Amino acid sequence: MKKLAIWAPFVLFLIFVGVVARGLIQPGDRVVRSALVGKPLPAFTLPAATKGVRGLNTADLATGQPRLLNIFASWCIPCIAEAPVLLELKAKGVAIDAIAIRDTPEDVARFLARNGNPYQRIGSDVTSAVQLALGSSGVPESYVVDGKGMIRYQHVGDIRHEDVPMILDQLEAAR
Amino acid sequence: MIRRWLVLLFMAMLVPGMVQADSNLPPAALANTQLPDAKQEAEAKALMETLRCVVCQGQSIADSNAEMAGDMRALVRGKVAAGEKPDAIRAWFIERYGPWVSYKPEMSAIAAPVWIVPVVVFFIGLLLVRGRFRKRPSGKGEA
Repeated sequence: MKKLAIWAPFVLFLIFVGVVARGLIQPGDRVVRSALVGKPLPAFTLPAATKGVRGLNTADLATGQPRLLNIFASWCIPCIAEAPVLLELKAKGVAIDAIAIRDTPEDVARFLARNGNPYQRIGSDVTSAVQLALGSSGVPESYVVDGKGMIRYQHVGDIRHEDVPMILDQLEAAR
Repeated sequence: MIRRWLVLLFMAMLVPGMVQADSNLPPAALANTQLPDAKQEAEAKALMETLRCVVCQGQSIADSNAEMAGDMRALVRGKVAAGEKPDAIRAWFIERYGPWVSYKPEMSAIAAPVWIVPVVVFFIGLLLVRGRFRKRPSGKGEA
C-alpha cells in the first residue's frame, strides 16, 4: 500500500503534463457560437438598409418555410467573397434575408451593385443591437431559421462554395 | 536588397490593419459617453467591467477598443438607463453567448470543484498540521 502511495505524486505530475500538453497541441476553439440555436428569434424590427429594398422584422422570417438570415456589412471583406455563394444558394431556391451591420444606405447600394443582390429583405442595424440580440459576434454569419421563426443552425464566417450542400441539408432539416 | 526587404516588411505591417476592417460609422451614442445619472453610470461601469468583449475575448467591454465592444457598452448603458437591473442585463448576454461572456464567477456543476476543492484542501492541511502538533505519548518524546 505504501509502495503504491509513493508513486501518487508522480502519477499526478504525469496527469498535469498530459493536460498541459493537450492544451499546447490543440489550441482552444475561439469561435463564438450563439447560445440561441434551438430557440426562437428575438423580436426586432429594422428599417430598410438602402433604397429599393424592404426592411426586416421577426415576422418576416417566420413564413412557414425555412430561410437563411445572413449578417453582413459593406465594409466586411469576407462578405465580398461570400456574395457569389449566396447568389448560388438563391439560384437553388433558398430564401435569403439579411441584416447590414453599421452601414450607410450609400455603401449598401454600392455593395449590392458590385457584388449582386441575393437578398429578399435587408434590415439596417447601425448599432449592432440586433446582432448582439442574436448572439452573433462578427460578420459574416448566417442563421438557418425554420418556418416558425426558430433558429436551427448558425454558420460563423463566410459560407464557402464547399459549404453549399451542408447549408442546403440544414435548410432541408429545418423544413 | 536590404531596402527591398524593408519595403516588404513595411507592407506586411500594413496588412493586419486592412484585415481588421471597421465600419465607416462613428461609435454608438452611448459607447463612450457616460450616463447623466452618476448612480446609473456606476452600475453600468461595474457591469461593463465584468462582461467579455466577444471580438477580442481577453478584455472586458470596458477596456476594449473594438467597435463591437463600443456597441456592447452602448447597449448596456441604454438598458441601465431604461431601468433594467444589472443582473438581468448580465443574464440577457449569457442567454445569447453562454456563461463564457460573463467574468463574474457563478456556481454551476462544472465550476463547483473550483469552489469546493480549496475548502477540502484546507481541511486536509488542518488534519496534517494537527498530526504534527499532537503531543507525543510521554516517554517516547524526542531527545
